[in-house]
Amino acid sequence: MELETLIENFKQKDEKAFETLYNMYSESMQGVIYNIVRDKDIAEEVMQDVFIKAWHNASSYSSEKGRFFTWILNIARNAAIDKTRSKAFKKTKQNLDADFFVDILESSDSLDSSTDAIGIKKFVKKLKEKCKAVIELLYFKGFTQVEASEVLDMPVGTIKTRNRNCIKELRNMVLE
Amino acid sequence: MDIQAYIESGILELYVAGALSEKENKEVYNLMLQYPEILQEVLDIESAVIKLTASVSPVKNNDKILQAIKAHLGLNGTDSKVISMPRYNWVTYTGWAASVILAIGLFWTVTQNKQLQSDIQISKTQQELLETQIANANSSLEEANTLISVLRDNNITKIPLAGQGNFASTYANVYWDKSNDRIYLDAQGLPEPPEGKVYQVWSLTLSPLTPTSLGTIDDFITDDNKIFEIENANASEAFGITLEPAGGSETPTMEFLYTLGVVNAS
Repeated sequence: MELETLIENFKQKDEKAFETLYNMYSESMQGVIYNIVRDKDIAEEVMQDVFIKAWHNASSYSSEKGRFFTWILNIARNAAIDKTRSKAFKKTKQNLDADFFVDILESSDSLDSSTDAIGIKKFVKKLKEKCKAVIELLYFKGFTQVEASEVLDMPVGTIKTRNRNCIKELRNMVLE
Repeated sequence: MDIQAYIESGILELYVAGALSEKENKEVYNLMLQYPEILQEVLDIESAVIKLTASVSPVKNNDKILQAIKAHLGLNGTDSKVISMPRYNWVTYTGWAASVILAIGLFWTVTQNKQLQSDIQISKTQQELLETQIANANSSLEEANTLISVLRDNNITKIPLAGQGNFASTYANVYWDKSNDRIYLDAQGLPEPPEGKVYQVWSLTLSPLTPTSLGTIDDFITDDNKIFEIENANASEAFGITLEPAGGSETPTMEFLYTLGVVNAS
């Protein structure tokens, strides 16, 4: 089925479409959420919140505003970041800002789940240092171009082209 | 637009990341619809990012989470569907059927309306045509009545004009109504004048021979009965018809004298 049709059905609260879209994006969302909260149970909790929210707000999605993936990615990032700001979370967790997603890959032993784990690991090992931060901020943390340029102290244009080159490398690795 | 340069700028990577403004998002969306290369590029970037982010997922428990979500949303798979389907179908099918019937009805009405309007237009045109024909018939009748009254009038003198020279086969008749200073010229026996030429009617006195123009017959071809009413206050002794260049001449061109007739003294 075409993605457009699927999303249209989802907006009409079609359960089957919801399930299909969940299967397409849930693993990715869980990766994003886990990278922010760094706790399996909390990540699971946030996951539920994210897809429940997506179901309730389905009609607000419009393809003109962006990709469906980007839409749900935004919901996931915001929900996870909100979670880290809650009092209960702050009590139990340290400040995690220093860690990048790559650290998960390099340290985790439980990474048997992902289909492309081996390929990704290879990529990450080869990934240039300067790519790590850019990808972390733009995709995992949801920074805007301007925010990323401020944090990394480089011109906006550089962020754009560097990110392009980093994603190009990634594509060569995973999309063969 | 340079598609390749646009792709290379890195804007599409930011688009997938959700790092662009609302305005930029709309712009990329429109370009994706327009250029398949751009859409393909976005799909490739998206696919790579999905794989990268998924790789960070700690455990494979998505099915379990899905069940929890569905339980929370009250989506119980097949059970609720069995109950809701028939009613859903009945309403849907009835709705669709009604829509289809309504659409056909509307279409039929519109078609009928168009047909009727076209019929009215045709009738109107026919009516106008008939009115014109009646008006024409009335005016023809009037002309005919006038002619009859002229022919019956004792005071009218008939002067036959005979063909002359090269034009011996032509002829005409003048009916002279002296009391009203007018003549009726019956030019049935003259051929149609060639392009750029007209017939000119002359009143003549014989001694000395003096022609006086009574005018040209400009509507010879279009006139149906070829009878022309012309003013004539002269003491004419003869009438002649010549062919002249359009607009007429000061004096008759004798080489093109078609017909000539003398008024009887009696």
